[in-house]
Amino acid sequence: MRRIRWGWVAVSVVPVVFIGYFFAYPLFRILTLGLSEMGAGSTGLQARLFKVGWFTLWQAVLSTVLTLLVAAPLTWAVSSFDFKGRRLVMALVTVPFVLPTVVVGTAFVALGWRDSIGAILAAHVFFNVAVVVRTVSTLWTRIDPGLEEAARVLGASGWTVFRHVTLPLLRPAIAAASSIVFLFTFTSFGVVLILGGFHYATLEVEIYRQAVTLFDLPLAASLAIVQLLGVTGALYWYARYQEKTAVAWTLERGSNRRRARGRARYGMVAAVVGTLAALAVPLSVLVSRSFDSDFYTRLFMADPVVGVPVSSVWNSLTFAFVAMLLATLVGVMAATVITGRSGQISRWFDLTLMLPLGTSAVTIGFGFIVALDWPFDLRASAWLVPSAQALVAVPFVVRATVPTLRSIPSEEREAAAVLGASPFRVWREIDLPMVSRAAMVGAGFAFVISLGEFGATSFVARPNTATIPIMIFRLLSRPGAVSFGMAMAMSVVLALMTAGVVLAIDRARFGELGTF
Amino acid sequence: MLQVESLDVVIGEKPILRHIDLEVSGSEIVAVLGPSGSGKTTLLRAVAGLIEPAGGDILWEGKSMAGVPTHRRQFGLMFQGYALFPHMTVGGNVGFGLRMSGRDADGDLVAEALAWVGLEGFQGRQIDSLSGGERQRVALARTLAPRPRLVMLDEPLGALDRSLRQRLVTDTRRILEEREVTALVVTHDRDEAVAMSDRLTLMRDGEVVQSGRLEEILASPVDAWVSEFLA
Repeated sequence: MRRIRWGWVAVSVVPVVFIGYFFAYPLFRILTLGLSEMGAGSTGLQARLFKVGWFTLWQAVLSTVLTLLVAAPLTWAVSSFDFKGRRLVMALVTVPFVLPTVVVGTAFVALGWRDSIGAILAAHVFFNVAVVVRTVSTLWTRIDPGLEEAARVLGASGWTVFRHVTLPLLRPAIAAASSIVFLFTFTSFGVVLILGGFHYATLEVEIYRQAVTLFDLPLAASLAIVQLLGVTGALYWYARYQEKTAVAWTLERGSNRRRARGRARYGMVAAVVGTLAALAVPLSVLVSRSFDSDFYTRLFMADPVVGVPVSSVWNSLTFAFVAMLLATLVGVMAATVITGRSGQISRWFDLTLMLPLGTSAVTIGFGFIVALDWPFDLRASAWLVPSAQALVAVPFVVRATVPTLRSIPSEEREAAAVLGASPFRVWREIDLPMVSRAAMVGAGFAFVISLGEFGATSFVARPNTATIPIMIFRLLSRPGAVSFGMAMAMSVVLALMTAGVVLAIDRARFGELGTF
Repeated sequence: MLQVESLDVVIGEKPILRHIDLEVSGSEIVAVLGPSGSGKTTLLRAVAGLIEPAGGDILWEGKSMAGVPTHRRQFGLMFQGYALFPHMTVGGNVGFGLRMSGRDADGDLVAEALAWVGLEGFQGRQIDSLSGGERQRVALARTLAPRPRLVMLDEPLGALDRSLRQRLVTDTRRILEEREVTALVVTHDRDEAVAMSDRLTLMRDGEVVQSGRLEEILASPVDAWVSEFLA
C-alpha cells in the first residue's frame, strides 16, 4: 500500500485550485453561455462573426508575412556575420517586443496613424520583428557550413545555395516563428483597440466591445469560443506541420558566424542600420512629442474624470507586486509538481498549466467578470486585478523554473534522503537553493507582464484603481491634444519602468550564463 | 592536370599553408598524407575555391583558377563529415550537382552514379535512415555524379570504424579507377594513403616535406621524421 505524502498533496493543491478557480471554471462558464447563444442561432452573431472573424484572420496572416519580410535582412546579417555590437543589436531589436501594447499603440498614434489598417499592420510588424530574428537566427548560426559549401562545390551559386539548402533547413524555425507571430496578431487586442478606431476590430476587440460597452455577454461568449477554436486550430496545424517536416540533422555546437567582407559588408551594415532606424522611429517620435508641452507636470494634477494620472503608477506597482508574489508562489509549486512526479501526472499538469498561455488575456478577463460571482461575488474585490495578471504570468514562471529543477540530478536528492533528509528538507536543502535564481527571473517576468498587462485588466480594473495601461487608454479615448499629450507622457513613464525591470532580469540571467 | 604553385594560405593572422607545390595529372590518384593540423584540409578547400589564397596560384590545364568562383570550377569535393543534405533524399543529394548544371531530367544519371557505389535503388531513401558506410558511398556518388574534372576526398573513411574502413579502402580505390578521374585524397592514415593512391605527398606544419611513390620516399627520406612517419 502506498503512503499518502501530504507534503505533495499540499504543494499540488495550491496550483490546482488557483488554475481551476481562476481559469478552468471561468472558461467553463464562457463555454456554456456561448454555446447556448450559438444554439439559439442568433443572427447578430452570424453577421458579426463573419465580418470580425474574417478581418482577424486576414490581418493576422498579412501581419505574419510582412513581419517575415521585414525581419529577413536583419536575420541574415546577425546569423551570418560577427561584428562589434552584435549583442547590442540583438538587445535593441528586442526592445519593441517587451514594450506594453498600449505604449506601442500610443507611439503609432503619435506618428499620426490612427484609424487605419496600415497602422495596425505596422505596429504588429514593429512588435514581432524580434520574434523572427531571434528564433530563426538561433537555428541559422548552427547550420553546418559544410552543407552550404558542399552545394557550392556541386555547382550552386550564392542565391541557389540559399534557395535549395539554407532556406529548406531553416523551415522549422520559420514555421515556429510564423506560428508565434500569427498567434500574437490573431489575438491582438491593445494595438487594434487603439489604432483600429471604429472600422477595424479583431475578435478580441469585439469581445471587449460586446461585453464591456454593450453588455451583450452571451454574444461576447460565443465570440470567445470562436477565438478559442481559431487559436487551437493554429496550434494544431503547427504541431502537425512539425511532425511532418521533422528532419534530424546534426547541428554544429558553436556558431558559424564570420567577419563580413567586400559587398556583403555593405549589405550587412545596411540591414542592421536600416532595421534599427525604422524600429527607432515610433519610439523617438513618442518621446520627443511627449515633451511638446507641460504634459509631465499635468500628470500630477487632479483631473475631474480620470483623477490624478500619476496615481496609476502606485496602483500598477502594488498590483504588479502582488501578482508577482502570487504567480511565483503558484508557478514554483507547479514546477515542483511537474518535475517531481514522472509520467502521466506530470505531463497532464504541465499541459494544464500552459493552457492560460494559449488563451488570450481578453478571454481570461472576460471569464472573470462572467464567472467570479460564485461562491462569493469577487468581481468588486481589489484582488481581482492581481489575480488576473498572475494567471497570465504563471506559465512564464513555470517555464523559467522547470529546466533548472529538471537539471538537478536525482542522485543528489537521493543522497540527501539517504543521509536522513525528509522530503521537505530535501526540497529546502537541494531544490530551493538551486531554483531560487530561476524563480527570481520568473518573478521578474511576472512583474513586467503585470505592469504592461492590458487585455485582462481592461475587464476587471475599477475606475478608482486604474493601472498605468488603463490610465493611458482612458486618456487616449478622450478628445483633445492635452489628453493625448498626457497619454504620451504616461506611455514614456511606463516604457521606462518596463525597460528598467527587463534590464535587471537580463543582468541576473547574464550572471547565470557566466557560470557555465 | 592540376598544378598548385607556391600556394600560401593565411587564416586570420596565422599562415596555414606555405609555398605548397603539387601536381596531379591524367587519371592519377595522389594522396596528401600528414598528421592532423598539418593543413591538408585547408589545401583542398583552397583548390575548391572555398578559401582565398594569400599567394601563389592554382591552375587547371594551365589556366589559373584565381577569380573563378567555387561553383564554376567543376571540381568535386567529398567532405570529411560528408555534408549530406538532411532535407533531401539520397536521390536528391546525388542529383544535386546534375541539377545545378541543368542535366539529368529523368534520373538515369543518378541511378548510374548509385550503381557505381553499389547502392542501386537507394534513390528514395532518407539520409537519416542510412548506416555510416552507406552515407560514405552516397557522398562519393554525389561527388562523382556530375563528372567533375578533379575529385577531392577529405578523409574519406575517417568517420567509419576499422572493419568497415578496410573494406571501403579497396572499394573507393576501385571506384575512382573505374571512373578514370584525376583524384586528390587527403588522409592522416599511412596505410589508407598507400592503399588508395599512386603517389604520396607528405605534409607537416603547412609545408610539403616530400613527394613521390612510397618506395622512392622510403629509399631516400629527406629527414628522420619522414622515415618514422612512414614506418
